[in-house]
Amino acid sequence: MKWTLFERLQRAIANNASAAVVTRLDDGVQAVFDGGGWEGDLSLDDAQKATALRMLIADKSGMLANVEGLFVRAYARPPRLIVIGAAHISQFLAPMAMLAGFEVIIIDPRRSFASAERFPGVTLMHSWPDEALAQLKIDATSAVVTLTHDPKLDDPALISALGSPAFYIGALGSKRTHAKRIARLAEAGLADQAARIHAPVGLDLGGRAPREIAVSILAQVIQVRYRGSAPA
Amino acid sequence: MATDAEEIFPQIERWRAQGQRVALATVVQTWGSSPRAEGSHLAVNERGEFVGSVSGGCIEGAVVTEAVAAMEDGKTRTLEFGISDEQAWEVGLACGGQVRVFVEPLQ
Repeated sequence: MKWTLFERLQRAIANNASAAVVTRLDDGVQAVFDGGGWEGDLSLDDAQKATALRMLIADKSGMLANVEGLFVRAYARPPRLIVIGAAHISQFLAPMAMLAGFEVIIIDPRRSFASAERFPGVTLMHSWPDEALAQLKIDATSAVVTLTHDPKLDDPALISALGSPAFYIGALGSKRTHAKRIARLAEAGLADQAARIHAPVGLDLGGRAPREIAVSILAQVIQVRYRGSAPA
Repeated sequence: MATDAEEIFPQIERWRAQGQRVALATVVQTWGSSPRAEGSHLAVNERGEFVGSVSGGCIEGAVVTEAVAAMEDGKTRTLEFGISDEQAWEVGLACGGQVRVFVEPLQ
């Protein structure tokens, strides 16, 4: 490994960003993904990059499937679930996700909502969603879910998330609400990227109670983490 | 699995700061019941001191030797170890399975 790539990798790890190295075993030529993009002398095609990224998201090191002699080393931090909105659903989602192994962060500038009493043990951020997300540096093993129902809070968060390598972006709201949201994002020039948003959020389990919606969201996040998926 | 790296990379940097040459060994493929998963790292300096592991202790010696050789000739190598249960028993090691290890000098 070249020292320059090592330094890049070490910097990403020190910054708590998930990173990956792809090595051609024949000659040791490498490429590093540091959260921002790919660097190095090894050129990978889009399909290879996508597969390597999927392995990183699932924290799986190993030989790249269907390609001879390419090894992927995943340096994944624990998956993060970043929730916009200290809503009722969030009160169930946060502890469930922590039990499932996620680091959970709740962002809501409304301090009476995002209070330690309502969210014991959860990391709370009271800044505006886009500022908070910039500070958190969304990486490839981060999932972002918006639950406020309020475009003033949800939209800036979604815009930030769409510009990031987050493996999952979900937004609460009906199909009708989502159609309006897509229209607003299209006006902001994000028509194509908006297809990454899972909405209505969560797997269709049939439950309507906040705790059941929390289960469906967590289930979908886990499914996408391991299986990948284009939003329905 | 960033944990391995969090342990090993700072040591690599310390060795580098001391002017030591360094090589990195990584488990790239396993078959059967190998004790360390794909991605496990072992870092070695030119004196043969090492941190991390690529097995339960069965192959570290051989990997360190190859790592020092890699620092000297600047070339990467892929090593294969197949340890049958009987052989493992004979040398008193609890390793089984087969493992492929990639060794690269940092340069």
